[in-house]
Amino acid sequence: MDWLLTPLEYSFMVRGMLAAVIVGVVCAVLGTYVVLRGMAFFGDALAHAVLPGVAAGYLIGGGARGPVFWWAMATALLSAFGIGAVSRSARLKEDTSIGIIFAGMFALGVALISMVRNYTADLTHFLFGDVLGVSNTDLVLTAAFGVLILLVVLAFYKEFMVISFDPTLAATLRLPIRWLDYLLIALIAISIVVSLQTVGVTLMVAMLITPAAAASLLTRRLSRMMLIAALIAIFSGITGLYLSYYLNLASGSAIVLTCTAVFALTWGFTNLTRRKTSARPAGNL
Amino acid sequence: MNSLPQTTPAAFTPGRHPGHLAGEPILRVQRLNLAYEGGLALRDVSFELITGERMAVVGPNGAGKSTLFKIIAGLLKPDSGKVSVFGADPSGHICISYLPQHNHVDWNFPVTVNDVVMMGRARKIGFFRWPAASDREIVNRALRTVGLSVYAQRQISQLSGGQQQRMFIARALAQEADLMLMDEPITGLDTPSQEELFSVLDSLKDEMVTVMFALHDLKLAASHFDRVMLLNHRLVGIGEPSSVFTKEHLSQAYGDRIQVLENGHNVSMIDDACCGDGGE
Repeated sequence: MDWLLTPLEYSFMVRGMLAAVIVGVVCAVLGTYVVLRGMAFFGDALAHAVLPGVAAGYLIGGGARGPVFWWAMATALLSAFGIGAVSRSARLKEDTSIGIIFAGMFALGVALISMVRNYTADLTHFLFGDVLGVSNTDLVLTAAFGVLILLVVLAFYKEFMVISFDPTLAATLRLPIRWLDYLLIALIAISIVVSLQTVGVTLMVAMLITPAAAASLLTRRLSRMMLIAALIAIFSGITGLYLSYYLNLASGSAIVLTCTAVFALTWGFTNLTRRKTSARPAGNL
Repeated sequence: MNSLPQTTPAAFTPGRHPGHLAGEPILRVQRLNLAYEGGLALRDVSFELITGERMAVVGPNGAGKSTLFKIIAGLLKPDSGKVSVFGADPSGHICISYLPQHNHVDWNFPVTVNDVVMMGRARKIGFFRWPAASDREIVNRALRTVGLSVYAQRQISQLSGGQQQRMFIARALAQEADLMLMDEPITGLDTPSQEELFSVLDSLKDEMVTVMFALHDLKLAASHFDRVMLLNHRLVGIGEPSSVFTKEHLSQAYGDRIQVLENGHNVSMIDDACCGDGGE
Protein backbone atom coordinates (compact mmCIF):
# COMPACT_ATOMS: atom_id res chain seq x y z
CA MET A 1 0.00 0.00 0.00
CA ASP A 2 3.00 2.25 0.31
CA TRP A 3 2.85 3.17 -3.34
CA LEU A 4 -0.65 4.58 -2.78
CA LEU A 5 0.32 6.64 0.24
CA THR A 6 3.75 7.94 -0.73
CA PRO A 7 2.50 10.59 -3.17
CA LEU A 8 0.05 11.87 -0.57
CA GLU A 9 2.91 12.88 1.70
CA TYR A 10 3.26 15.89 -0.55
CA SER A 11 0.63 18.50 0.20
CA PHE A 12 0.65 19.69 -3.44
CA MET A 13 -0.42 16.18 -4.47
CA VAL A 14 -3.31 16.23 -2.00
CA ARG A 15 -4.44 19.67 -3.17
CA GLY A 16 -4.06 18.58 -6.78
CA MET A 17 -6.20 15.50 -6.22
CA LEU A 18 -8.90 17.46 -4.45
CA ALA A 19 -8.94 19.97 -7.30
CA ALA A 20 -9.01 17.21 -9.92
CA VAL A 21 -11.93 15.49 -8.16
CA ILE A 22 -14.02 18.67 -7.76
CA VAL A 23 -13.37 19.78 -11.32
CA GLY A 24 -14.00 16.29 -12.61
CA VAL A 25 -17.40 16.04 -10.95
CA VAL A 26 -18.54 19.53 -12.02
CA CYS A 27 -17.43 19.03 -15.64
CA ALA A 28 -18.90 15.53 -15.82
CA VAL A 29 -22.33 16.67 -14.62
CA LEU A 30 -22.47 19.69 -16.96
CA GLY A 31 -20.85 17.62 -19.67
CA THR A 32 -23.92 15.39 -19.68
CA TYR A 33 -25.85 18.30 -21.20
CA VAL A 34 -22.94 19.16 -23.48
CA VAL A 35 -22.99 15.62 -24.90
CA LEU A 36 -26.78 15.31 -25.13
CA ARG A 37 -27.20 18.71 -26.79
CA GLY A 38 -24.29 18.22 -29.19
CA MET A 39 -22.33 21.18 -27.80
CA ALA A 40 -18.88 19.56 -27.78
CA PHE A 41 -17.44 21.97 -30.32
CA PHE A 42 -18.96 24.91 -28.44
CA GLY A 43 -17.32 23.72 -25.20
CA ASP A 44 -13.95 23.26 -26.89
CA ALA A 45 -14.18 26.70 -28.50
CA LEU A 46 -15.21 28.36 -25.27
CA ALA A 47 -12.22 26.89 -23.44
CA HIS A 48 -9.84 28.21 -26.09
CA ALA A 49 -11.56 31.60 -26.20
CA VAL A 50 -10.72 32.14 -22.54
CA LEU A 51 -6.99 32.40 -23.27
CA PRO A 52 -6.84 36.18 -23.93
CA GLY A 53 -8.59 36.77 -20.60
CA VAL A 54 -6.07 34.56 -18.87
CA ALA A 55 -3.25 36.43 -20.60
CA ALA A 56 -4.65 39.85 -19.75
CA GLY A 57 -5.11 38.89 -16.11
CA TYR A 58 -1.62 37.50 -16.08
CA LEU A 59 -0.06 40.63 -17.56
CA ILE A 60 -2.03 43.00 -15.35
CA GLY A 61 -1.57 41.03 -12.15
CA GLY A 62 2.11 40.37 -12.79
CA GLY A 63 1.64 36.63 -12.44
CA ALA A 64 -0.73 36.59 -9.43
CA ARG A 65 -3.48 33.95 -9.58
CA GLY A 66 -6.41 36.15 -8.53
CA PRO A 67 -6.53 38.49 -11.55
CA VAL A 68 -6.05 35.53 -13.90
CA PHE A 69 -9.11 33.82 -12.47
CA TRP A 70 -11.43 36.80 -12.63
CA TRP A 71 -10.25 37.97 -16.06
CA ALA A 72 -10.73 34.46 -17.34
CA MET A 73 -14.23 34.39 -15.83
CA ALA A 74 -15.24 37.67 -17.51
CA THR A 75 -13.80 36.55 -20.84
CA ALA A 76 -15.52 33.17 -20.67
CA LEU A 77 -18.94 34.69 -19.98
CA LEU A 78 -18.50 37.35 -22.68
CA SER A 79 -17.34 34.78 -25.26
CA ALA A 80 -20.15 32.40 -24.36
CA PHE A 81 -22.84 35.02 -24.91
CA GLY A 82 -20.92 36.48 -27.88
CA ILE A 83 -20.85 33.13 -29.64
CA GLY A 84 -24.55 32.70 -28.89
CA ALA A 85 -25.41 36.13 -30.29
CA VAL A 86 -23.27 35.83 -33.42
CA SER A 87 -24.52 32.36 -34.29
CA ARG A 88 -28.11 33.57 -33.97
CA SER A 89 -27.80 36.79 -35.93
CA ALA A 90 -25.24 36.15 -38.68
CA ARG A 91 -26.21 34.27 -41.79
CA LEU A 92 -23.61 31.65 -41.06
CA LYS A 93 -23.83 28.11 -39.81
CA GLU A 94 -23.37 27.95 -36.07
CA ASP A 95 -20.14 25.93 -36.17
CA THR A 96 -18.64 28.47 -38.60
CA SER A 97 -19.38 31.38 -36.23
CA ILE A 98 -17.98 29.40 -33.32
CA GLY A 99 -14.83 28.52 -35.26
CA ILE A 100 -14.16 32.13 -36.24
CA ILE A 101 -14.54 33.48 -32.71
CA PHE A 102 -12.64 30.65 -31.09
CA ALA A 103 -9.59 30.79 -33.37
CA GLY A 104 -9.50 34.59 -33.25
CA MET A 105 -9.68 34.71 -29.47
CA PHE A 106 -7.08 31.96 -29.09
CA ALA A 107 -4.69 33.79 -31.42
CA LEU A 108 -5.21 36.97 -29.41
CA GLY A 109 -4.32 35.09 -26.23
CA VAL A 110 -1.14 33.63 -27.71
CA ALA A 111 -0.19 37.07 -29.08
CA LEU A 112 -0.66 38.71 -25.68
CA ILE A 113 1.42 36.10 -23.89
CA SER A 114 4.15 36.23 -26.54
CA MET A 115 4.66 39.91 -25.69
CA VAL A 116 6.41 38.73 -22.54
CA ARG A 117 9.32 36.71 -23.80
CA ASN A 118 10.41 34.78 -20.73
CA TYR A 119 7.04 33.52 -19.76
CA THR A 120 6.64 30.61 -22.17
CA ALA A 121 6.62 28.23 -19.22
CA ASP A 122 3.47 29.94 -17.95
CA LEU A 123 1.88 29.75 -21.38
CA THR A 124 2.38 26.01 -21.18
CA HIS A 125 0.56 25.98 -17.85
CA PHE A 126 -2.39 27.86 -19.31
CA LEU A 127 -2.51 25.60 -22.33
CA PHE A 128 -2.06 22.26 -20.59
CA GLY A 129 -2.84 22.93 -16.95
CA ASP A 130 -0.84 22.80 -13.76
CA VAL A 131 -2.94 20.94 -11.24
CA LEU A 132 0.01 20.38 -8.92
CA GLY A 133 0.47 24.13 -8.62
CA VAL A 134 -3.00 24.59 -7.07
CA SER A 135 -2.85 26.80 -3.97
CA ASN A 136 -5.21 26.73 -0.99
CA THR A 137 -6.93 29.85 -2.30
CA ASP A 138 -7.38 28.24 -5.71
CA LEU A 139 -8.86 25.20 -4.04
CA VAL A 140 -11.37 27.27 -2.08
CA LEU A 141 -12.44 29.16 -5.22
CA THR A 142 -12.74 25.91 -7.17
CA ALA A 143 -14.82 24.29 -4.44
CA ALA A 144 -17.08 27.32 -4.00
CA PHE A 145 -17.87 27.65 -7.70
CA GLY A 146 -18.14 23.88 -8.06
CA VAL A 147 -20.79 23.68 -5.36
CA LEU A 148 -22.60 26.68 -6.85
CA ILE A 149 -22.72 25.05 -10.30
CA LEU A 150 -23.97 21.72 -8.93
CA LEU A 151 -26.69 23.46 -6.90
CA VAL A 152 -27.93 25.35 -9.97
CA VAL A 153 -27.95 22.15 -12.05
CA LEU A 154 -29.94 20.45 -9.29
CA ALA A 155 -32.35 23.38 -8.99
CA PHE A 156 -33.09 23.48 -12.74
CA TYR A 157 -32.77 19.74 -13.36
CA LYS A 158 -36.21 19.20 -14.88
CA GLU A 159 -36.19 22.49 -16.82
CA PHE A 160 -32.78 21.74 -18.36
CA MET A 161 -34.03 18.27 -19.22
CA VAL A 162 -37.12 19.64 -21.00
CA ILE A 163 -35.27 22.31 -23.02
CA SER A 164 -32.62 19.77 -24.01
CA PHE A 165 -35.04 16.99 -24.96
CA ASP A 166 -37.93 18.86 -26.55
CA PRO A 167 -37.71 22.64 -27.09
CA THR A 168 -41.21 22.64 -28.62
CA LEU A 169 -42.69 21.29 -25.39
CA ALA A 170 -40.67 23.85 -23.43
CA ALA A 171 -42.19 26.56 -25.63
CA THR A 172 -45.79 25.41 -25.14
CA LEU A 173 -45.17 25.11 -21.41
CA ARG A 174 -44.03 28.74 -21.68
CA LEU A 175 -40.73 28.01 -19.97
CA PRO A 176 -38.21 30.87 -20.31
CA ILE A 177 -36.19 28.95 -22.91
CA ARG A 178 -33.72 31.65 -23.86
CA TRP A 179 -33.02 32.49 -20.24
CA LEU A 180 -32.46 28.82 -19.39
CA ASP A 181 -30.19 28.39 -22.44
CA TYR A 182 -28.08 31.33 -21.32
CA LEU A 183 -27.96 29.99 -17.78
CA LEU A 184 -26.68 26.62 -19.01
CA ILE A 185 -24.09 28.32 -21.23
CA ALA A 186 -22.99 30.49 -18.31
CA LEU A 187 -22.58 27.40 -16.13
CA ILE A 188 -20.42 25.76 -18.81
CA ALA A 189 -18.33 28.94 -19.05
CA ILE A 190 -17.82 29.07 -15.29
CA SER A 191 -16.93 25.39 -15.10
CA ILE A 192 -14.31 25.92 -17.81
CA VAL A 193 -12.66 28.73 -15.86
CA VAL A 194 -12.73 26.72 -12.65
CA SER A 195 -11.10 23.80 -14.46
CA LEU A 196 -8.44 25.79 -16.31
CA GLN A 197 -5.69 25.03 -13.85
CA THR A 198 -6.37 21.31 -13.88
CA VAL A 199 -6.19 20.46 -17.56
CA GLY A 200 -5.63 23.77 -19.34
CA VAL A 201 -7.57 25.23 -22.24
CA THR A 202 -6.52 22.72 -24.90
CA LEU A 203 -7.62 19.57 -23.06
CA MET A 204 -10.62 21.13 -21.32
CA VAL A 205 -13.20 19.66 -23.69
CA ALA A 206 -12.15 16.14 -22.68
CA MET A 207 -13.24 16.80 -19.09
CA LEU A 208 -16.64 17.94 -20.38
CA ILE A 209 -17.41 15.22 -22.87
CA THR A 210 -15.36 12.07 -22.29
CA PRO A 211 -16.79 10.92 -18.92
CA ALA A 212 -20.31 11.91 -19.99
CA ALA A 213 -19.95 10.08 -23.30
CA ALA A 214 -18.73 6.93 -21.55
CA ALA A 215 -21.65 7.18 -19.11
CA SER A 216 -24.13 7.59 -21.96
CA LEU A 217 -23.11 4.14 -23.19
CA LEU A 218 -23.88 2.57 -19.83
CA THR A 219 -27.29 3.95 -18.83
CA ARG A 220 -30.58 5.18 -20.24
CA ARG A 221 -31.45 7.57 -17.40
CA LEU A 222 -30.26 11.16 -17.22
CA SER A 223 -29.67 11.21 -13.46
CA ARG A 224 -27.68 7.97 -13.59
CA MET A 225 -25.71 9.27 -16.55
CA MET A 226 -24.64 12.25 -14.42
CA LEU A 227 -23.72 10.00 -11.50
CA ILE A 228 -21.70 7.54 -13.60
CA ALA A 229 -19.95 10.38 -15.45
CA ALA A 230 -18.98 11.92 -12.10
CA LEU A 231 -17.61 8.59 -10.83
CA ILE A 232 -15.57 8.12 -14.01
CA ALA A 233 -14.20 11.65 -13.63
CA ILE A 234 -13.24 11.07 -9.97
CA PHE A 235 -11.52 7.82 -10.86
CA SER A 236 -9.70 9.46 -13.78
CA GLY A 237 -8.58 12.45 -11.72
CA ILE A 238 -7.04 10.31 -8.99
CA THR A 239 -5.62 7.63 -11.26
CA GLY A 240 -4.25 10.28 -13.61
CA LEU A 241 -2.34 11.99 -10.82
CA TYR A 242 -0.82 8.70 -9.61
CA LEU A 243 0.26 7.97 -13.18
CA SER A 244 1.65 11.45 -13.40
CA TYR A 245 3.60 10.92 -10.17
CA TYR A 246 5.08 7.52 -10.98
CA LEU A 247 5.58 7.87 -14.73
CA ASN A 248 6.57 11.52 -14.55
CA LEU A 249 3.83 12.56 -17.01
CA ALA A 250 2.23 15.98 -17.40
CA SER A 251 -0.67 15.88 -14.92
CA GLY A 252 -3.41 17.27 -17.20
CA SER A 253 -2.67 14.86 -20.01
CA ALA A 254 -2.42 11.93 -17.59
CA ILE A 255 -5.96 12.71 -16.33
CA VAL A 256 -7.34 13.09 -19.84
CA LEU A 257 -5.62 9.91 -21.01
CA THR A 258 -7.21 8.00 -18.12
CA CYS A 259 -10.64 9.36 -19.09
CA THR A 260 -10.01 8.32 -22.67
CA ALA A 261 -8.94 4.84 -21.59
CA VAL A 262 -12.12 4.46 -19.51
CA PHE A 263 -14.17 5.55 -22.51
CA ALA A 264 -12.37 3.12 -24.81
CA LEU A 265 -12.94 0.22 -22.40
CA THR A 266 -16.61 1.16 -21.97
CA TRP A 267 -17.10 1.43 -25.69
CA GLY A 268 -15.44 -1.92 -26.32
CA PHE A 269 -17.39 -3.57 -23.52
CA THR A 270 -20.79 -2.24 -24.62
CA ASN A 271 -20.11 -3.18 -28.23
CA LEU A 272 -19.22 -6.73 -27.23
CA THR A 273 -22.29 -7.18 -25.01
CA ARG A 274 -24.56 -5.57 -27.59
CA ARG A 275 -23.36 -8.01 -30.21
CA LYS A 276 -24.15 -10.87 -27.83
CA THR A 277 -27.60 -9.63 -26.84
CA SER A 278 -28.61 -8.70 -30.39
CA ALA A 279 -27.97 -12.31 -31.38
CA ARG A 280 -30.92 -13.22 -29.17
CA PRO A 281 -34.43 -12.22 -30.29
CA ALA A 282 -35.11 -8.66 -29.28
CA GLY A 283 -38.16 -7.47 -27.40
CA ASN A 284 -37.39 -7.90 -23.73
CA LEU A 285 -35.91 -5.31 -21.35
CA MET B 1 -59.39 -5.58 -30.68
CA ASN B 2 -59.23 -2.63 -28.44
CA SER B 3 -57.28 -3.77 -25.41
CA LEU B 4 -56.74 -0.33 -23.98
CA PRO B 5 -58.06 0.10 -20.47
CA GLN B 6 -60.73 2.77 -20.20
CA THR B 7 -60.21 4.73 -17.05
CA THR B 8 -62.38 7.28 -15.44
CA PRO B 9 -60.95 10.68 -16.10
CA ALA B 10 -61.30 12.28 -12.69
CA ALA B 11 -58.18 14.37 -12.93
CA PHE B 12 -58.72 15.70 -16.41
CA THR B 13 -61.46 18.21 -16.08
CA PRO B 14 -61.48 21.47 -17.99
CA GLY B 15 -61.17 24.83 -16.36
CA ARG B 16 -58.15 23.85 -14.32
CA HIS B 17 -56.10 26.74 -15.53
CA PRO B 18 -56.23 30.28 -14.28
CA GLY B 19 -56.82 32.96 -16.90
CA HIS B 20 -59.65 31.16 -18.68
CA LEU B 21 -62.48 33.61 -19.16
CA ALA B 22 -65.93 32.21 -18.55
CA GLY B 23 -68.20 32.09 -21.58
CA GLU B 24 -65.35 32.35 -24.06
CA PRO B 25 -64.89 29.50 -26.54
CA ILE B 26 -61.81 27.35 -26.12
CA LEU B 27 -60.55 28.60 -29.45
CA ARG B 28 -61.50 31.58 -31.58
CA VAL B 29 -59.51 32.33 -34.72
CA GLN B 30 -60.27 35.65 -36.40
CA ARG B 31 -59.13 36.71 -39.88
CA LEU B 32 -55.69 35.14 -39.66
CA ASN B 33 -53.18 36.20 -42.32
CA LEU B 34 -49.60 35.16 -42.68
CA ALA B 35 -47.19 35.52 -45.59
CA TYR B 36 -43.85 33.77 -45.72
CA GLU B 37 -40.94 34.88 -47.86
CA GLY B 38 -41.97 32.16 -50.29
CA GLY B 39 -45.55 33.39 -50.54
CA LEU B 40 -48.86 33.20 -48.83
CA ALA B 41 -49.32 30.73 -45.98
CA LEU B 42 -52.71 31.62 -44.57
CA ARG B 43 -55.36 33.99 -45.87
CA ASP B 44 -58.27 35.27 -43.88
CA VAL B 45 -58.82 32.14 -41.78
CA SER B 46 -61.58 32.42 -39.18
CA PHE B 47 -63.31 29.72 -37.14
CA GLU B 48 -64.24 28.69 -33.62
CA LEU B 49 -64.01 25.46 -31.67
CA ILE B 50 -66.23 24.49 -28.78
CA THR B 51 -64.95 22.61 -25.77
CA GLY B 52 -64.63 18.86 -26.28
CA GLU B 53 -64.93 19.08 -30.03
CA ARG B 54 -62.62 17.13 -32.29
CA MET B 55 -61.77 18.73 -35.58
CA ALA B 56 -59.96 17.08 -38.48
CA VAL B 57 -57.84 19.41 -40.59
CA VAL B 58 -57.24 18.26 -44.14
CA GLY B 59 -55.71 19.88 -47.17
CA PRO B 60 -52.87 19.40 -49.61
CA ASN B 61 -49.26 19.55 -48.53
CA GLY B 62 -48.13 23.12 -48.01
CA ALA B 63 -51.71 24.27 -47.44
CA GLY B 64 -50.74 25.97 -44.19
CA LYS B 65 -51.91 23.32 -41.71
CA SER B 66 -48.68 23.28 -39.73
CA THR B 67 -48.48 27.06 -39.83
CA LEU B 68 -52.02 27.31 -38.49
CA PHE B 69 -51.17 24.91 -35.64
CA LYS B 70 -48.05 26.83 -34.70
CA ILE B 71 -49.98 30.10 -34.57
CA ILE B 72 -52.70 28.53 -32.41
CA ALA B 73 -50.01 27.07 -30.12
CA GLY B 74 -48.62 30.59 -29.68
CA LEU B 75 -45.28 29.66 -31.25
CA LEU B 76 -45.66 31.84 -34.34
CA LYS B 77 -47.10 35.33 -34.70
CA PRO B 78 -49.50 35.98 -37.59
CA ASP B 79 -49.12 39.10 -39.75
CA SER B 80 -52.64 40.06 -38.87
CA GLY B 81 -55.67 38.56 -37.23
CA LYS B 82 -56.16 37.16 -33.80
CA VAL B 83 -56.17 33.86 -31.99
CA SER B 84 -57.78 33.68 -28.59
CA VAL B 85 -57.85 30.68 -26.33
CA PHE B 86 -60.47 31.05 -23.62
CA GLY B 87 -60.53 34.73 -24.52
CA ALA B 88 -56.79 35.42 -24.23
CA ASP B 89 -53.68 35.25 -26.38
CA PRO B 90 -52.41 31.66 -26.72
CA SER B 91 -48.84 32.56 -25.76
CA GLY B 92 -49.96 33.02 -22.17
CA HIS B 93 -51.59 29.61 -21.90
CA ILE B 94 -50.06 26.37 -20.72
CA CYS B 95 -53.21 24.41 -21.57
CA ILE B 96 -52.23 23.87 -25.22
CA SER B 97 -50.23 20.85 -26.29
CA TYR B 98 -48.68 20.77 -29.72
CA LEU B 99 -47.26 17.72 -31.44
CA PRO B 100 -45.29 18.84 -34.47
CA GLN B 101 -45.47 16.81 -37.66
CA HIS B 102 -41.80 15.95 -37.62
CA ASN B 103 -40.95 15.48 -34.00
CA HIS B 104 -37.22 15.91 -33.97
CA VAL B 105 -36.67 14.56 -30.50
CA ASP B 106 -33.59 12.44 -29.95
CA TRP B 107 -34.98 8.95 -29.35
CA ASN B 108 -31.71 7.92 -27.73
CA PHE B 109 -32.01 10.64 -25.10
CA PRO B 110 -31.55 8.99 -21.68
CA VAL B 111 -35.17 9.20 -20.54
CA THR B 112 -37.89 6.64 -19.91
CA VAL B 113 -41.50 6.85 -21.09
CA ASN B 114 -42.40 7.87 -17.54
CA ASP B 115 -39.79 10.68 -17.60
CA VAL B 116 -41.17 12.08 -20.86
CA VAL B 117 -44.75 12.08 -19.59
CA MET B 118 -43.58 13.74 -16.37
CA MET B 119 -42.05 16.52 -18.52
CA GLY B 120 -45.60 17.60 -19.27
CA ARG B 121 -45.86 18.58 -15.61
CA ALA B 122 -42.64 20.62 -15.55
CA ARG B 123 -44.46 23.93 -15.45
CA LYS B 124 -47.19 22.82 -13.03
CA ILE B 125 -44.58 21.49 -10.59
CA GLY B 126 -42.82 24.83 -10.76
CA PHE B 127 -39.27 26.02 -10.40
CA PHE B 128 -37.03 24.62 -7.66
CA ARG B 129 -39.47 21.80 -6.91
CA TRP B 130 -39.61 18.10 -7.54
CA PRO B 131 -42.56 15.94 -8.60
CA ALA B 132 -44.91 15.17 -5.72
CA ALA B 133 -47.02 12.07 -5.19
CA SER B 134 -49.94 13.81 -6.91
CA ASP B 135 -47.80 14.47 -10.00
CA ARG B 136 -46.77 10.83 -10.13
CA GLU B 137 -50.41 9.79 -9.81
CA ILE B 138 -51.40 12.04 -12.71
CA VAL B 139 -48.58 10.59 -14.83
CA ASN B 140 -49.60 7.03 -13.96
CA ARG B 141 -53.20 7.75 -14.88
CA ALA B 142 -52.16 9.35 -18.17
CA LEU B 143 -50.09 6.26 -18.99
CA ARG B 144 -53.06 4.01 -18.17
CA THR B 145 -55.35 6.08 -20.36
CA VAL B 146 -53.13 5.58 -23.40
CA GLY B 147 -52.36 1.97 -22.51
CA LEU B 148 -48.63 2.40 -21.90
CA SER B 149 -48.41 1.54 -18.19
CA VAL B 150 -46.32 -1.56 -18.80
CA TYR B 151 -43.86 0.46 -20.86
CA ALA B 152 -43.39 3.19 -18.25
CA GLN B 153 -39.82 2.27 -17.37
CA ARG B 154 -38.66 1.64 -20.92
CA GLN B 155 -36.21 3.88 -22.65
CA ILE B 156 -38.14 5.74 -25.36
CA SER B 157 -36.26 4.26 -28.33
CA GLN B 158 -37.88 0.91 -27.48
CA LEU B 159 -41.36 2.13 -28.41
CA SER B 160 -43.06 1.54 -31.76
CA GLY B 161 -44.25 4.49 -33.81
CA GLY B 162 -47.81 4.19 -32.51
CA GLN B 163 -46.61 3.90 -28.92
CA GLN B 164 -44.50 7.01 -29.38
CA GLN B 165 -47.55 8.99 -30.45
CA ARG B 166 -49.57 7.64 -27.51
CA MET B 167 -46.73 8.63 -25.17
CA PHE B 168 -47.04 12.20 -26.43
CA ILE B 169 -50.80 12.09 -25.85
CA ALA B 170 -50.10 10.90 -22.29
CA ARG B 171 -47.69 13.81 -21.90
CA ALA B 172 -50.41 16.20 -23.08
CA LEU B 173 -52.77 14.66 -20.50
CA ALA B 174 -50.14 15.10 -17.78
CA GLN B 175 -49.85 18.70 -18.91
CA GLU B 176 -53.63 18.88 -18.35
CA ALA B 177 -53.96 20.25 -21.85
CA ASP B 178 -57.44 21.39 -22.82
CA LEU B 179 -56.50 21.84 -26.46
CA MET B 180 -54.41 19.23 -28.27
CA LEU B 181 -52.96 20.15 -31.64
CA MET B 182 -51.74 17.06 -33.44
CA ASP B 183 -50.03 17.53 -36.79
CA GLU B 184 -50.28 14.33 -38.83
CA PRO B 185 -49.68 11.92 -35.96
CA ILE B 186 -50.86 8.89 -37.94
CA THR B 187 -48.58 9.46 -40.91
CA GLY B 188 -46.36 6.40 -41.18
CA LEU B 189 -48.38 4.29 -38.73
CA ASP B 190 -49.86 0.93 -39.71
CA THR B 191 -53.63 0.48 -39.56
CA PRO B 192 -53.80 -1.27 -36.15
CA SER B 193 -51.66 1.50 -34.61
CA GLN B 194 -53.91 4.13 -36.19
CA GLU B 195 -56.98 2.42 -34.75
CA GLU B 196 -55.39 2.32 -31.29
CA LEU B 197 -54.63 6.01 -31.51
CA PHE B 198 -58.21 6.83 -32.51
CA SER B 199 -59.63 4.73 -29.68
CA VAL B 200 -57.42 6.64 -27.21
CA LEU B 201 -58.72 9.88 -28.69
CA ASP B 202 -62.29 8.61 -28.34
CA SER B 203 -61.65 7.83 -24.67
CA LEU B 204 -60.61 11.47 -24.17
CA LYS B 205 -64.01 12.67 -25.32
CA ASP B 206 -65.44 12.34 -21.82
CA GLU B 207 -62.63 14.44 -20.45
CA MET B 208 -63.68 17.35 -22.65
CA VAL B 209 -60.29 17.57 -24.32
CA THR B 210 -60.58 19.55 -27.54
CA VAL B 211 -58.58 18.14 -30.45
CA MET B 212 -57.37 19.53 -33.75
CA PHE B 213 -55.89 16.75 -35.83
CA ALA B 214 -54.23 17.15 -39.22
CA LEU B 215 -54.32 14.14 -41.50
CA HIS B 216 -54.40 13.21 -45.17
CA ASP B 217 -56.93 10.40 -45.20
CA LEU B 218 -60.31 11.97 -45.92
CA LYS B 219 -62.21 8.80 -45.05
CA LEU B 220 -60.68 8.67 -41.58
CA ALA B 221 -61.32 12.39 -41.21
CA ALA B 222 -64.97 11.87 -42.03
CA SER B 223 -65.43 8.87 -39.76
CA HIS B 224 -63.51 9.82 -36.60
CA PHE B 225 -64.16 13.52 -36.11
CA ASP B 226 -67.07 15.78 -35.18
CA ARG B 227 -66.23 18.37 -37.80
CA VAL B 228 -63.74 18.66 -40.62
CA MET B 229 -61.85 21.64 -41.95
CA LEU B 230 -60.65 21.80 -45.52
CA LEU B 231 -57.71 24.16 -45.76
CA ASN B 232 -55.75 25.43 -48.70
CA HIS B 233 -54.24 28.68 -47.45
CA ARG B 234 -57.80 29.88 -46.99
CA LEU B 235 -60.66 28.00 -45.39
CA VAL B 236 -62.32 26.11 -48.24
CA GLY B 237 -64.94 24.58 -45.99
CA ILE B 238 -65.66 23.74 -42.38
CA GLY B 239 -68.43 21.71 -40.80
CA GLU B 240 -70.01 18.27 -41.20
CA PRO B 241 -67.94 15.99 -43.44
CA SER B 242 -70.84 15.55 -45.88
CA SER B 243 -71.19 19.29 -46.42
CA VAL B 244 -67.44 19.97 -46.60
CA PHE B 245 -66.18 17.08 -48.70
CA THR B 246 -68.13 18.02 -51.82
CA LYS B 247 -66.76 17.72 -55.29
CA GLU B 248 -66.64 21.49 -55.64
CA HIS B 249 -64.78 22.08 -52.36
CA LEU B 250 -62.34 19.27 -52.99
CA SER B 251 -61.39 20.46 -56.44
CA GLN B 252 -60.96 23.95 -54.97
CA ALA B 253 -58.58 22.55 -52.35
CA TYR B 254 -56.72 19.95 -54.35
CA GLY B 255 -57.18 20.93 -57.98
CA ASP B 256 -56.33 18.02 -60.23
CA ARG B 257 -54.53 16.13 -57.55
CA ILE B 258 -57.56 14.28 -56.29
CA GLN B 259 -60.02 11.83 -57.71
CA VAL B 260 -63.59 12.48 -56.74
CA LEU B 261 -65.94 9.64 -57.50
CA GLU B 262 -69.57 10.61 -57.14
CA ASN B 263 -71.48 7.78 -55.60
CA GLY B 264 -75.21 8.19 -55.97
CA HIS B 265 -76.43 10.96 -53.77
CA ASN B 266 -74.31 13.38 -51.85
CA VAL B 267 -71.78 10.80 -50.74
CA SER B 268 -68.41 10.90 -52.39
CA MET B 269 -65.72 8.29 -52.54
CA ILE B 270 -62.60 10.21 -52.13
CA ASP B 271 -58.96 9.52 -52.57
CA ASP B 272 -56.24 11.99 -51.76
CA ALA B 273 -54.01 11.02 -54.63
CA CYS B 274 -51.31 13.54 -53.93
CA CYS B 275 -50.20 12.47 -50.52
CA GLY B 276 -49.99 8.89 -49.41
CA ASP B 277 -48.96 7.94 -45.92
CA GLY B 278 -45.32 8.56 -45.39
CA GLY B 279 -45.82 12.12 -46.34
CA GLU B 280 -43.68 14.93 -47.55
